[in-house]
Amino acid sequence: MADGSLQPILARTPVRIEASRLLRTLRPLRRWTLRGGPAVADAIQAAFGVAAPRTACRSAVNEDGSRAALWLGPDEWLLLAEDDGAQPGDPEAALRQVLAALPHSLVDVSHRQVALEVSGSDSALLLNSGGCPLDLDPEAFPVGMCTRTVLAKAEIILWRTQPGTFHVEVWRSFAAYVSAWLAEATRGLTE
Amino acid sequence: MNEGLRTHSGGRIDRSQPLRFSFDGRSYTGFAGDTLASALLANGVHLLGRSFKYHRPRGLLGAGVEEPNALVTVRRDAARITPNLRATQVELYEGLDACSQNRWPSLAFDLGAVNDLLAPFIPAGFYYKTFMWPRSAWHRLYEPRIRASAGLGRSPTLADPDHYAPRHAHCDVLVVGAGPAGLAAAQAAATAGARVVLCDEQNEPGGSLLADDPRHAPLVDGQPGPSWQAGMLASLAAHPRVTVLARATAYAFFPHNLLGINQRLTDHLARPRKDTPRERQWLVRAREVVLATGAIERPLVFPGNDRPGVMLAGAARTLLNRYGVLPGTRAVLVTADDSAYEAAIELQRAGVFVAAIADTRAISDPPPGVAGANATQLWMHAAQRAGIPVLTHATVTGTTGRRRVNSVTLARHSGLAGSSVTHPCDLVLMSGGFTPSVHLYSQSRSKLTWSESQQAFLPGAPAERVRCAGACRGVADLAAAASDGAAAGAAAAQAALDPARIGVQPRAPATPPPPVLPPHANHAAHAATPQAGGFIGALPRAGTARGRAFVDWQNDVTVKDLALAMREGFRSIEHIKRYTTTGMATDQGKTSNLNALAVVARAQGRAIPEVGFTTFRMPYTPVSFGSFAGPARGALFDPVRTTPMHDWAAAQGAVFEDVGLWKRARYFPLDGEDMHAAVARECKAVRAGCGLFDASTLGKIEVVGRDAVEFMNRLYVNNWSSLAAGRCRYGILLRDDGYVYDDGVVARMAPDVFHVTTTTGGAPRVLALMEDYLQTEWPQLSVWLTSTTEQWAVIAVQGPKAREVLAPLVDMDLGAAVLPHMSAVTGSICGVPMRLFRVSFTGELGFEVNVPADYGPAVLQAIHASGQPHGITAYGTETMHVLRAEKGYVIVGQDTDGTVTPDDAGLSWAIGKNKPDFVGKRSLSRAALVAPHRRQLVGLRTRDPAVVLEEGAQVMERAGARPPTRPLGHVTSSYHSAVLGHPIALALVAGGRDRMGKTLYVAGARGDVEVEVTGTVFYDPTGARLNG
Repeated sequence: MADGSLQPILARTPVRIEASRLLRTLRPLRRWTLRGGPAVADAIQAAFGVAAPRTACRSAVNEDGSRAALWLGPDEWLLLAEDDGAQPGDPEAALRQVLAALPHSLVDVSHRQVALEVSGSDSALLLNSGGCPLDLDPEAFPVGMCTRTVLAKAEIILWRTQPGTFHVEVWRSFAAYVSAWLAEATRGLTE
Repeated sequence: MNEGLRTHSGGRIDRSQPLRFSFDGRSYTGFAGDTLASALLANGVHLLGRSFKYHRPRGLLGAGVEEPNALVTVRRDAARITPNLRATQVELYEGLDACSQNRWPSLAFDLGAVNDLLAPFIPAGFYYKTFMWPRSAWHRLYEPRIRASAGLGRSPTLADPDHYAPRHAHCDVLVVGAGPAGLAAAQAAATAGARVVLCDEQNEPGGSLLADDPRHAPLVDGQPGPSWQAGMLASLAAHPRVTVLARATAYAFFPHNLLGINQRLTDHLARPRKDTPRERQWLVRAREVVLATGAIERPLVFPGNDRPGVMLAGAARTLLNRYGVLPGTRAVLVTADDSAYEAAIELQRAGVFVAAIADTRAISDPPPGVAGANATQLWMHAAQRAGIPVLTHATVTGTTGRRRVNSVTLARHSGLAGSSVTHPCDLVLMSGGFTPSVHLYSQSRSKLTWSESQQAFLPGAPAERVRCAGACRGVADLAAAASDGAAAGAAAAQAALDPARIGVQPRAPATPPPPVLPPHANHAAHAATPQAGGFIGALPRAGTARGRAFVDWQNDVTVKDLALAMREGFRSIEHIKRYTTTGMATDQGKTSNLNALAVVARAQGRAIPEVGFTTFRMPYTPVSFGSFAGPARGALFDPVRTTPMHDWAAAQGAVFEDVGLWKRARYFPLDGEDMHAAVARECKAVRAGCGLFDASTLGKIEVVGRDAVEFMNRLYVNNWSSLAAGRCRYGILLRDDGYVYDDGVVARMAPDVFHVTTTTGGAPRVLALMEDYLQTEWPQLSVWLTSTTEQWAVIAVQGPKAREVLAPLVDMDLGAAVLPHMSAVTGSICGVPMRLFRVSFTGELGFEVNVPADYGPAVLQAIHASGQPHGITAYGTETMHVLRAEKGYVIVGQDTDGTVTPDDAGLSWAIGKNKPDFVGKRSLSRAALVAPHRRQLVGLRTRDPAVVLEEGAQVMERAGARPPTRPLGHVTSSYHSAVLGHPIALALVAGGRDRMGKTLYVAGARGDVEVEVTGTVFYDPTGARLNG
């Protein structure tokens, strides 16, 4: 029973990642899986600061880069938000408000997955050597493109945020595997 | 090195870089740029191997990928031993340590050679006939002996210490083969703006150009071959979007233009860098593929054609021009093709005495002067002018020599005048023409068509976006091959870059027929119209002469073996292949298949296309296992999934078990405890006080939407309409065949939100099944599914003290009146947002605390601390299993096996009786699924309380029954219950619920065990503890 003896909010224990030459962990993010018809894509603009893209495998990012919406399917987006307390108001409450009248599903998956960043001039080469089968040529996979794919035996979401930088979302229990695989793939990468 | 066996200059070797190496323990010297084969020949070593079956002495047949004889083992250290390498493709490095194979005690003196004397008694298929009796001896005696004597190299016994790298790549145009056609194709495609990958199996690009004498090289595009080649390479290097891969064998053409390429990165280096992968396995997805894979020279089939010193004419040219090695001192050429004349003239120019050219063809005398003569006549003329006698309409009746050929006997075709002539020689060069390398093309399921004029299978209609260029489609002339390649490269680039190209495209147009060969400027003979050349099958009189005429060198298959197979009734080439093993060696018949086909066709009086060809299988050449495995070994073999609380459990001394990819804590032994003792203690602690269990691996699916309840009603057997928000229910999911597929507690968090849990192993397949139905059967439902398995850390707090443990930490009333059994609420614990379910898989008062995963460890520790006064005890999956079995709760996949209905499992109470439909409903009314004697889940108690039944043991009606008795069923779960003080078991037993109290028998290691049939609930049958 709540009796005032509640302890303060406990510390988070993030997933441990083996960083390597081209790989680092990103700060914890808030995440939601948004599902629904085309109407929800536009509706979130008011609450989230950015509309969900309608173009397949493309992302939208707000002005200061603190929020992003990634197209993952015709009725599915991944919403990402910085979790640094700088944003006033709870984005989830605001989102639920603007979506209330529309058929949709908004599920908090902040802790389901973790974000890794692969960056450097060899980043695409590393991903292609680390079990990602996609064509990562800048023409085929330009900045802003995102998709679900695999990295060896793990499912990932791959999002190119800069020419040499990829944001990788991976379910938490696969993060150690993915980072170890990428560390191994770094060996002799350009030989 | 034997100086006399090297040319004075020339070749692509670096004479300023001598390299020491050893073969069978003896030291030799070669040069950088040599292969092991060329360096050994330069040292006068012609005996390089022993044949597979007869242990006949063998030397080089070829000079490249086709080599069937010279298989060697290269050893770097105890773990780095690579068997079955073709010596013709092993690049020399300082300190190379190689040895021959399939001989004992030595290559020169091999006891296994007794097989050669026994040859009449061990024909094709002998092992199918000879070793039939006694049956048991096959495994114990015959098979191991045969395997030991008919051996290739030995596998290393230590783990492979090297690392292997995979790489995915994409391109517009992939060109396989960097010979004249391939270079031109890559250059044309790159010029057109395409992203190009060019791969070649050799250490340097060039293909057939590498075998030409640069001082007399034929012209390509008006330039001498070497300068044309250099220009092409410079042009390719200047294109930023061209990747050239050397030492890279395209070994497989997978569907949808995906090609497997095995690139060897360190095998040629004396001291590889530690981090460099030994091999890189490329998987290249190409919009268009150009195959410029060339052609392989065909041996001639005549008696004694396998002695060391009998080799392909083209191989001799390669040895001479590329490696500066004289393959012999006194040569006789046997040919059915013009190319051998060039070899003869070049060898003679280099100082080899060429005794004769025996041409199997009938060549009419050339007309006076050179004008009007055909190419063959001009070549013959050129040879005669060089002083080389030419015998036409010739055949070979035999060779002699033990470890190297020392004579060859030539004769005219039967019926022609002239007696046979025996020439002493140490080199017999043969050319039966060229077989286009259509392996990859055929692997792509594209059609091959027989060309009567070229006597070859050529590429026909493509099945993928693939085209062929150059010699692999019968365009053999150098200049013509280069222009053919350029045309193919340009066409491929145009097709790949077509702006209208989106998604699946129509097939590429059929390859046009080979153009009429344009004239070659270099040599009068090159310029003339070539004659139909080549010979397939056994030379005349080969079958009648003494000595064996080999068709397949590597598997020791002779013309007589093929004849025997046909006499024994085999007609299909596929059967003959398997019976004789022709073409089934590691070279996959690169030099032998077409000859075997022709031998069979001639004997059967059929045309070659009627006989057909055997399947071209991947890999083109053997590929190491390491390359396929890549990094997926050891710790990286599979993902190892751990829960957020894994480290805490490990710190508590947990012993983990694998559950799918997950590591789950199985039990938490204290000092000196074994599993039995730990589980007994954990069980008692839960029943008496409180236990703590990590249930995070359970699958979780958030089902959200206006139609969520309708979706759940259609999918699960239960009636979800009657479940209020804030309540949970045990749900059962069937397949459409009516059998139990998965189960789990489902909580209705809000009218349109369900928190569905699944079994740990079932999580992905349940979500997939749900999505399948949603997308294909019920797309009109407004509902969405999101996996939340890893969003939540789940901590089960179970036992009579559970409420006291949790109460101080949470912001809600946990009293039974507010939060009865099967309630679900949202709140917070230690200030962390929480979904709290009052559920139990133990039969005790229980809660499952769901918190966002990052908070799992801290919340777990808070609960653990709070539980100390109540004796809280961490327990693992083993205790969980015992506790749930005491309550008769089933585990899907353990107590069910995919043939168990809800009623069989005693769960028909869960079915929503008034629902119009759900997945599996109709199947449940099938006669077989309502039959009275179906196996039903019951409890079993052993009469002897000391005996714990074995899971999986058969349940019998009578004691002592022996097969063929039909068992009544089997034990599905069995444990010793520390709380009850006796063993308990669950079993599926035919008509089990009608056998309550009856005695049955369970097979055990020490005889049949007497058991009593009971209900499935052994503990607290009224559920008083659950509802406390």
